[in-house]
Amino acid sequence: MGRYIAKRVALLVLIVFFVSVAAFFLVHLLPGNPSVAILGPNDTPQNAAILNHQLGLDKPLYQQYFIWIGHVFQGNLGQSFTTHQTTLSIIEQSFPIDLELIIFSQIMAFALALPMAIKASRRPNRLFDQSANGAAFGMLALPPFVVGPVLVLIFAVHWHIFPGPASYVPLTQDFWSNIHTMLLPSIILALGSFVVYFRLLRNDLIATLQEDFITMARSKGLSDRRIMWRHALRPSSVSLLASAGVTISGLIAGTFVVELLLQLPGLGFQLISAINQDDYTVVQGITLVVAVAVVLINFFFDFLFTVVDPRIARD
Amino acid sequence: MTDMISTKNEAYAPALLDGPTQLIPGELAEPTKKKLGLYFWICAGWILLIILLAVFANLLPLPKPDFQNYAAPQNGAPGWGHILGTDDLNRDILSRLIFGARVSLIVGFGGALIGMILGGIPAMYSAYRRGRVDTTLNTISYAVLAFPALVALIAIGEFWGHQLWKITLVIGVFSAPLIYRVVRASTLSYAARDFVMAAKALGASDRRILGRELLPNIMPTIISFGLIAVATIIVLEGTLAFLGLSVPPPTPSWGNMLNEGAALLSGGKGQTNPWLVIFPAAAMFSLLFTLNVVADKLRAYFDVTEVKL
Repeated sequence: MGRYIAKRVALLVLIVFFVSVAAFFLVHLLPGNPSVAILGPNDTPQNAAILNHQLGLDKPLYQQYFIWIGHVFQGNLGQSFTTHQTTLSIIEQSFPIDLELIIFSQIMAFALALPMAIKASRRPNRLFDQSANGAAFGMLALPPFVVGPVLVLIFAVHWHIFPGPASYVPLTQDFWSNIHTMLLPSIILALGSFVVYFRLLRNDLIATLQEDFITMARSKGLSDRRIMWRHALRPSSVSLLASAGVTISGLIAGTFVVELLLQLPGLGFQLISAINQDDYTVVQGITLVVAVAVVLINFFFDFLFTVVDPRIARD
Repeated sequence: MTDMISTKNEAYAPALLDGPTQLIPGELAEPTKKKLGLYFWICAGWILLIILLAVFANLLPLPKPDFQNYAAPQNGAPGWGHILGTDDLNRDILSRLIFGARVSLIVGFGGALIGMILGGIPAMYSAYRRGRVDTTLNTISYAVLAFPALVALIAIGEFWGHQLWKITLVIGVFSAPLIYRVVRASTLSYAARDFVMAAKALGASDRRILGRELLPNIMPTIISFGLIAVATIIVLEGTLAFLGLSVPPPTPSWGNMLNEGAALLSGGKGQTNPWLVIFPAAAMFSLLFTLNVVADKLRAYFDVTEVKL
């Protein structure tokens, strides 16, 4: 177990290092020179040389990397060329939106998937199971960028049930109007997670309910409800945890899509607008933070997975 | 990859399988008549139709995808002349849909092929030989899988460019570790079997064992999982295109058509064009859905569940 964790941590450090190198090179491999973007019309060779010296761009690349990563550890991710906001403050402002979207959508997805999976697995291959399963299979072919615009078209543009794009209000400013705005993007996001959770839980529950210990519990005269909640659901939580890594990667893509679609100023939206304005330090900062966050979350769930089921560490 | 299979721990691979390749215990008891069925052929036919339309798009009696027909109304509804209507730049939506299919198909099938070459071949070799090569490749595959592919693709596209072949290549490279894991798991389940031992005892070369003994056995997995990979890659490219970070306009793709349609949704009255959302969304759904069905039916037909991924 100890050796397993040591191995995983070593891998984690390695991956985070590669992520940081990749993010560093993102700016340094770009065609053109940052001085062009900063100096604008004052881009004379002399000025460029002075600026390059000030920015440390005349040092060897590996030294530049260590200077940059040193700044990153101090929380200095550079500043935007266009708005002169620090990248860190942009991230601090936009991150709560992503967090809110993720929390809402996961609650919705789970609240829908759990009861449906339980109902479907009680009578496998009957009407409810088959229709729910068929619907979930169909929804696999509906990624957020496909279903998102369609739902916005129906619910925001046509029926006006939810506010349309660009109507974001911060949570602290107007609580209910914020919730109202965030509902539609959360639903769009939740659909993808729901499919994963439902299919996983349903298949797992059907398999578990055929096991001997369930028959044993039945023969003891335990109620169906008790068997489901106390005996069957618990082993299924392992595979649910294991799917978390997959779900998180999907969520990142999903939040980027709904943020662009509904113009919610979250991390994805900021990243895309920074890309469109060639604001490379912001692109670099957000890329680094999102990538490291995903790697850490993946690692955390992997670790949790090992704690729940120690057999894995032995492989 | 957005929602591709993650086989982090082989012992738990079946539980991790998300998506259509999932093993469905409830359906194991079904009578296993070896028949693909009409539904399969309808779905396969639809995919073939999309491929044929995309390949022979130039020969079809359609306006050019970037031809702006000022005689037609802007954001026109479906009707005669423009069967599926026109977009905000008076271009024919049907023509853009058919030409746009090329992007999805090239990136999807091309990326999966690159992934198969870069991931599948090393996977067979490392599962057969084990040892240090296997350990190293395993570690690399985990490392790349832990990285959020979309973020990586956005970053790489940013400094390398958004040409079709570059997008295909990069997506192919990022799908390789996933294909590696699936093919490796599948090869492992055969590598220790008696017929491989027999071939070895007869003095067959490694290349012969890999090519003639192992490959035919893992082919069903490669085909059905390959189609899932195609669908997943198409979703990834579509997401990039929707974010405006794939093949740039005026080249049509279903993703950037949805992007344009979605941008119009926030416009005032008369500026919105529901058709520019509905048709690309329907096209994307139909292709992904039929790919999933075909992969799922093939998996059941070949009985890939038996392989114990």
